[in-house]
Amino acid sequence: MIEIKSLYKSFENTDVLSNINFQFENSKTNLIIGQSGSGKTVLMKCIVGLLDPEKGEILYDGRDLITMKKKEKKELRREMGMIFQSAALFDSLSVLENVMFPLDMFSTKTYRERVKRAQFCLDRVNLLEAQGKYPAEISGGMQKRVAIARAIALNPKYLFCDEPNSGLDPKTSLVIDELIHGITTEYNITTIINTHDMNSVLGIGDSILFICDGKEEWVGTKDDVFTATNKKFNDFIFASDLLKKVKLEEIREQYER
Amino acid sequence: MKLFTPIFNSIATVGKYFQLMGRVFARPERLHMYFKQYVNELVKLGVDSVGIVLLISFFIGAVICIQIKLNIESPWMPRMVVGYTTREILVLEFSSSIMCLILAGKVGSNIASEIGTMRVTQQIDALEIMGVNSASYLILPKIVALMTMIPLLVIFSVTAGVIGAYCTAWIGGIMSAEDLTYGIQYSFQEWFVWCSCIKSLFFAFIISSVSAYFGYTVEGGSIGVGKASTDAVVMSSVLILFSDLVLTQLLMG
Repeated sequence: MIEIKSLYKSFENTDVLSNINFQFENSKTNLIIGQSGSGKTVLMKCIVGLLDPEKGEILYDGRDLITMKKKEKKELRREMGMIFQSAALFDSLSVLENVMFPLDMFSTKTYRERVKRAQFCLDRVNLLEAQGKYPAEISGGMQKRVAIARAIALNPKYLFCDEPNSGLDPKTSLVIDELIHGITTEYNITTIINTHDMNSVLGIGDSILFICDGKEEWVGTKDDVFTATNKKFNDFIFASDLLKKVKLEEIREQYER
Repeated sequence: MKLFTPIFNSIATVGKYFQLMGRVFARPERLHMYFKQYVNELVKLGVDSVGIVLLISFFIGAVICIQIKLNIESPWMPRMVVGYTTREILVLEFSSSIMCLILAGKVGSNIASEIGTMRVTQQIDALEIMGVNSASYLILPKIVALMTMIPLLVIFSVTAGVIGAYCTAWIGGIMSAEDLTYGIQYSFQEWFVWCSCIKSLFFAFIISSVSAYFGYTVEGGSIGVGKASTDAVVMSSVLILFSDLVLTQLLMG
């Protein structure tokens, strides 16, 4: 389980995160949602250790990342997988080589076993046929799937996804969401996703943290979304007229029931 | 206080550079992965530069030969002076220092933009998340590869320059090949070639490490990458010129 306690982060005297407290549940898809610029990516970067917060604790099964020694941090990072907004595949490596990279770096398996594992991961994201291609030769959605395959190659305990649906069409976004959710439950991974995609919120949000201007505003699950009373949360979720109608219908149904 | 800001910034930059070098020279995690990178870099930074080195050196050798012939040679000068001067210019300065300045442009901008692009596209973050020492994995093979290849490039450069001089003498008919050969062999000191190679090793380190520093610390998007490439070339060139002065005095003074 990942737990954050009283987390603060600022850049040049501007508070980006202030007093964030949250428990990310094991084997579930945890979402961090909020408007662009609300501090989601900074929060995720703090959680994975790419940024150092000013104050607070980030506990991985009780081990504090901030006070951890370099060696322990390195070992912890081998339990992490991350999917970046831009997929962050290595341009000079083929799709198969990208997925094999963490295995080549850290696994003690033989070359044949590493290839087999990488092909298994690629098959899991339905991309085995693209293994010989280079990142520049495949679509954005496929790149994200390769990033997922690379992230799960070392059987991580924690999976972090920074806006995995950005720049993708709604249909491909759903595929990516389902893939991440499926992998989370299949391999008992603690997954944290940064998103502002409503389909993701309503589809896979087992646990949701809403932040606004760097502050924790609302906490709940996908089932609580329509009954939330937090104004800022409602303004964010029901920004479109379509969703406002959906909410009214939902409330009416509940009232009739 | 504002007056001192550039000085403080420069000191901070030097500090950050040495911090980065500390990470670069940390113990490699998987040697075979580093070796793979090293071989790739040998090709990318060294072998791919052979063509430009040969081309430039050939023409500069030829031009030096013509210039010396036209401007220095006189009935009072021995006939070997053209060959002798051409060789000395090539061996002592052109093939090590000037060629490295040219390589700072080609290789330095390549290193800075490659690593800078990896930074802005989060590929370096991806390496860090995996627990890889990204500084060492990306930069160390480049430094070692360029330091391996550069003495060879210097030798190639001298050879191409001498061939260029011969071609001028032969095709242009400005002097006989015998006179040129006599001048080129006259009072040859092997130490000068070693000096050239030793200097080039320092220059190779400067080009690769300084360019990698600017690439690794890129901030922003494509504009940041462009600025890093330019800064890398400018700073490498300045440091090459400065260290050339110091090294020449130390090695030959």
